[in-house]
Formats: sequence, structure tokens, C-alpha cells
Amino acid sequence: MPIILAVAEQRDGVLRKVSFEVLAAARQLADALGGSVDAVLISSGEIAGAAELGRYGADRVLAARHPDFGMYSPDGYAATIAAAGRGATAIIFAATATGRDLAPRVAARLGVGLATDVTALGVQGGKVSATRPIYGGKILQAVVLEGSPAIASVRPNTVPAKEHNKAGTPVEQAVPAFVARVKVTAIKAAAAAVLDVAEAPVVISGGRGLKEPGHFALLEELAAAFGNAAVGASRAVVDAGWRDHGAQVGQTGKTVSPGLYIAVGISGAIQHLAGMRTSRTIVAINRDKDAPIFKVADYGVVGDLFEILPRLTAEVRKLRVEQ
Amino acid sequence: MKIAVCLKRVPDTTAKLMIAASGTAIDEAGLKFVPNPYDEYALEEALKQREAEGAGSAGETVVVSLGGDAAQETMRTALAMGIDRGIHLQSGGSVDGLEVARALAAELKAGGFDLILAGKLAVDDYNHQVAVMVAEILEVPCITAVSRLTITGVTVEAEREIEGGIEVSTCQLPAVITCDKGLNSPRLPSLKGIMAAKKKPLEVKPVTLGAGSVRVAGLILPPERKPGRIVGEGPEAVAELVRLLRDEAKVL
Ligand SMILES: Cc1cc2nc3c(=O)[nH]c(=O)nc-3n(C[C@H](O)[C@H](O)[C@H](O)COP(=O)(O)OP(=O)(O)OC[C@H]3O[C@@H](n4cnc5c(N)ncnc54)[C@H](O)[C@@H]3O)c2cc1C
Ligand SMILES: Nc1ncnc2c1ncn2[C@@H]1O[C@H](COP(=O)(O)O)[C@@H](O)[C@H]1O
Repeated sequence: MPIILAVAEQRDGVLRKVSFEVLAAARQLADALGGSVDAVLISSGEIAGAAELGRYGADRVLAARHPDFGMYSPDGYAATIAAAGRGATAIIFAATATGRDLAPRVAARLGVGLATDVTALGVQGGKVSATRPIYGGKILQAVVLEGSPAIASVRPNTVPAKEHNKAGTPVEQAVPAFVARVKVTAIKAAAAAVLDVAEAPVVISGGRGLKEPGHFALLEELAAAFGNAAVGASRAVVDAGWRDHGAQVGQTGKTVSPGLYIAVGISGAIQHLAGMRTSRTIVAINRDKDAPIFKVADYGVVGDLFEILPRLTAEVRKLRVEQ
Repeated sequence: MKIAVCLKRVPDTTAKLMIAASGTAIDEAGLKFVPNPYDEYALEEALKQREAEGAGSAGETVVVSLGGDAAQETMRTALAMGIDRGIHLQSGGSVDGLEVARALAAELKAGGFDLILAGKLAVDDYNHQVAVMVAEILEVPCITAVSRLTITGVTVEAEREIEGGIEVSTCQLPAVITCDKGLNSPRLPSLKGIMAAKKKPLEVKPVTLGAGSVRVAGLILPPERKPGRIVGEGPEAVAELVRLLRDEAKVL
């Protein structure tokens, strides 16, 4: 029976939500091919939330434990996944910082090609097929993965998590011997709970129209009203030192596909659009009615952001209280 | 240090793209090409590392690019920035990053490099993979998407951005490092550099790539976004915006 290996992610002992999206993608392939899904979970100990993997589509959960896996170990993880994935029909990663680092290592070890950052997966003539945005989303590339296993990474927020109520039978996965050529020594300023723009369901980004760094507080307040939002930024304000590069959306920043993207005081340069045009719903707030951002926005409000934002925050807060 | 930089030429990001008649590639006619922006950070880092070692220290910087003959033009830009010499691996390329990596690795292996620098991704194919695969094939350490790099002797310490934080890692040379924005500010070639670049050695080596296991079934233009609408002007429009987000887009 075809086995689809879904690579789950955890940090600091907590399962990361993106794992459920990877499972949803793996489940689609397994159902199309009449196969089953193995989630592989790499860690140094118990993982909070691991019991949920079955509910979201894993027939089995392969737990690979090693004392050195308290933090990410590129070589150790790659060796483990390559061992677990040899003979599988497909291996699916999340296109996260870890997944992007890891997937090519596994593909090279198994000697097969890799489709990164895919937004859809399917089966064509018995082979795994995938759709990938290339050239900053200006073109969609349809590929067929002819190697075995087929390896792909799924861009966060593009394949929604779904409950499937599978068994999630725990199985121990052996960790092969490996040489740790790279050692992760620390993670700074991270908390498993911090929402990253690349993964948040709602992203609110600000640009030069905010006028000064302190005014980003207006966006933080709106994000807090949503409760599930991250604050992003245009390159202009990142280069000016107003926001960290981690928040930059666009061609030289992050590519995001949230359910809702709100661009505030951002003109909509092509390099910015490259990072957000695949968002499900786009809202633009800009005082220039001819700003290019309005061309991709589903909903636009023309006017002064300093007048519009406080009103929007109040309305969203009111609605959240009612819910 | 002997440093190699992997450089790819990509269409200028503002270019409007059309799909070629084949349906599996873009039409390159009339397009302006530039060095991949992330590779510019790699080039700058190579120059900075060599400058830090001081004039007269042993070592060199070499730019390696796999592609058609037009790659040479982009390589001259690298030489104009200050890279010592170039190796052009002449090939039509492949959509399978592993095939590109195999050819690059074969060349780099012979070079005995202490450090191989690359971009974190090429903004044409968005593959995020070639340089990591090179490291795997050469069996050397690789740290990806690095925005801060310190090399002391043979010890590398690097920082890279992860969701909600910065991951700090370490490895020993020889190593492959892929570069992210924030690592440095790439210099522009000087007029003197442009003149000097014309005389720098650029070796051309034809290579043949394997067939690979990734097949392009076709390219399509993304579906046009439904034409958006201006909900209104000023704060008075907010109530209607919120209603649309809740009832029509169902995102609230
Ligand atoms: C190689 C390359 C890579 C790049 N990568 C990126 C990238 O990754 N991400 C990115 O964002 N950019 C990128 N850029 C830069 C990009 O071209 C733009 O310069 C940048 O996106 C502009 O940022 P902005 O929209 O904040 O500023 P501006 O273009 O200055 O726009 C500010 C907007 O705010 C509006 N505004 C001003 N005041 C108000 C107000 N009171 N109320 C409402 N609206 C107001 C204005 O009408 C204007 O539309 C890249 C450029 C290059 C060449
Ligand atoms: N054809 C190529 N020639 C030289 N270097 C390349 C080539 N393709 C990719 N690279 C290097 O690998 C990095 C990642 O590319 P990619 O995996 O295609 O996104 C690039 O930034 C380059 O440094």
C-alpha cells in the first residue's frame, strides 16, 4: 500500500499547527492513491499536541526520539526522514524555515527531485503532481514528480487543515547514526506562541504611509483586536529600520498566503505584491486612489489611515466581543 | 580563504512575463536579466571575507554560474564587483534542482574551496534547494538563509531567521552558506571595476545534465483576481468594509 510520509513540526516540545496542513496535503494524496499516512514527529521527548495528529489525518505517528533533537538538527533530522521515507510513495514537508532547510537535504540523500513551496497537490497518471507559484507568483508552474519517493513542501496557509479522525497509532521510529555537521546552539527571542507573518491567518502590513515607527502601534492594536493576526511591513520601512526584516513581506522578504491581508499605507510595488498576491482576501487602505495596491485588493478604502484605522480596530473589537 | 560564489541570472523582477509557445517555459525575448538578488549578498560576503583577511593573504574568490551563454554577462558584473575569476558551466539548465546541484558540486569539489556562498533562493524558480543539495553531495555542512555570519579560523557562527525568532548555529569550514537579506549591503561595481572585469579570466566548461525527475507539465498565468472594488472613502467606509469581510468574504 502506498505510504505518504508527512513531516510534522514541533518547537520547544509543542506541536506546530502547520503540521496539520502538511497532514491535510498528505491525506489528499493517500486518498487519491488508496494509501495511508504516516506522520513523522522528531523530538527529544514528549510533544504536547501529538495526540491530535490522528484526528487530523495520520494513520500512524512515527516518533523519532534522540537526546540531540531538543533543537533542530539539520543532519540528524535529514538522516531520520531519509530512513523513514525510503520506500514511501511521497514525503511532504511544510515550506517553513525548517522545512525549506530540510527538504533539499532529504531529496539529495534519496537522489530524487523536489518541488518546493507548492500550493496544491494532486495525482496524475499515478504520479504526484503539484502547482507552484514561480517568478514571485507571476506564473504558476505545474510539475509532475517522476522520482520515488515524490518530495514536496507545502506553503503554509494554502492547504487547509481538516479533521479526518484516523487512528494515529504510535510507532517508534529508529534514528540512524548521523554526524551533526551543523549544530543549532540557541534560539533567540523565539516563543512557540509568536505568530509569524508567513503562517498567521491574518496579516496586517504597514508601509511608509505610517510616517514613523511609533505609528505601527495602530497596526499592533488592530492585530490584537483580531487575535490571530501578525504585523507585516513593506521593504521601505524595514530598510528604514522601523521594523525587523522578519516582518518584511515581498520578494526579498516573506511570501504569505493568509486568509486576510490588510495593506495599510503601502503603495503596492510589484516586489511587495510578489509576497502577498496569493492571499485569499486582500484589503487596502491608502489615501491615493490610484495606488497600484488597489488593483489587487478585493476591498479598498481610500483615505487617511490615521482616521480609518482606529475606527476599524473598534469595529473588529466589537465584533470579536459579540462572537 | 578560497571562496566560491554560486550565481544565477534571473529576469528583472519588474519584468512582465509571457509564456513561450512551448507552454513549459517563459518567453525570454526582450527580457532584462539581472543577478539573482540573494546571490548579490553572497558576492558581497565573499568580497568582505577576503578583505577582512587582508591584502596579500592566500586565497581567491571565484564565481560559478550554470546556464546559457548569457550567464557570462551576469558573471562580468560579479567580476566588476571585485570577484577574481569566473567559471561558466555551459548548459541549458534543468527544472530539477538536484541535476543543477550535481553539476555545480562536481565542479566545486575539484576546486578545494573553504567556503561556498549562494543565495537562499533564486527568484525565478523559487526552488530554495540547489545550494543545500550541493552541500549534501559534497558532504559538507550547510547553514541556510543566513542573515549574520562570523568566521573565526575554521569556525562558522551563523544566525538565520525562523518563525518568531532567530536560530543560531555553528559549523566548521569547509561549508556552504546560503545568504538572506540583511547579511550585508551589496556594493555597486565601480567604473574601474568594470574595466578590470573585462580582463579577468572566465573559463567556459560545457556540462551535460541528467534528465532529472521533475517534469514541467505546463505553465499558466495565475487566475486574475476578481476585480476588487473601492468600498468607500474615509472612516465612514469602515462599517461597510467590516460587513463585507464578515458576510461576503467570511474572514471575520
Ligand atoms: C530587488 C528589489 C526587491 C524588493 N523587495 C521588496 C520586498 O520584499 N517587499 C517590499 O515591500 N518591497 C520590496 N521592494 C521595494 C519596492 O519596490 C517598494 O519600494 C516598496 O515596497 C515601497 O514601500 P511602501 O509601499 O511602504 O512605500 P511607498 O511606495 O512610499 O508607499 C507609501 C504609500 O502610503 C500611502 N500613504 C501615505 N500617507 C498615507 C496616509 N496618511 N493614509 C493612507 N495612505 C497613505 C501613499 O499613498 C503610498 O501609496 C524591492 C525592490 C527591489 C528593487
Ligand atoms: N544555474 C545556477 N548556477 C549557479 N548557481 C545556481 C544556479 N541555480 C541555483 N544556484 C544557486 O543556488 C541558490 C538557490 O537557488 P534555487 O534552489 O534555484 O532557488 C541560488 O541563489 C544560487 O546561488
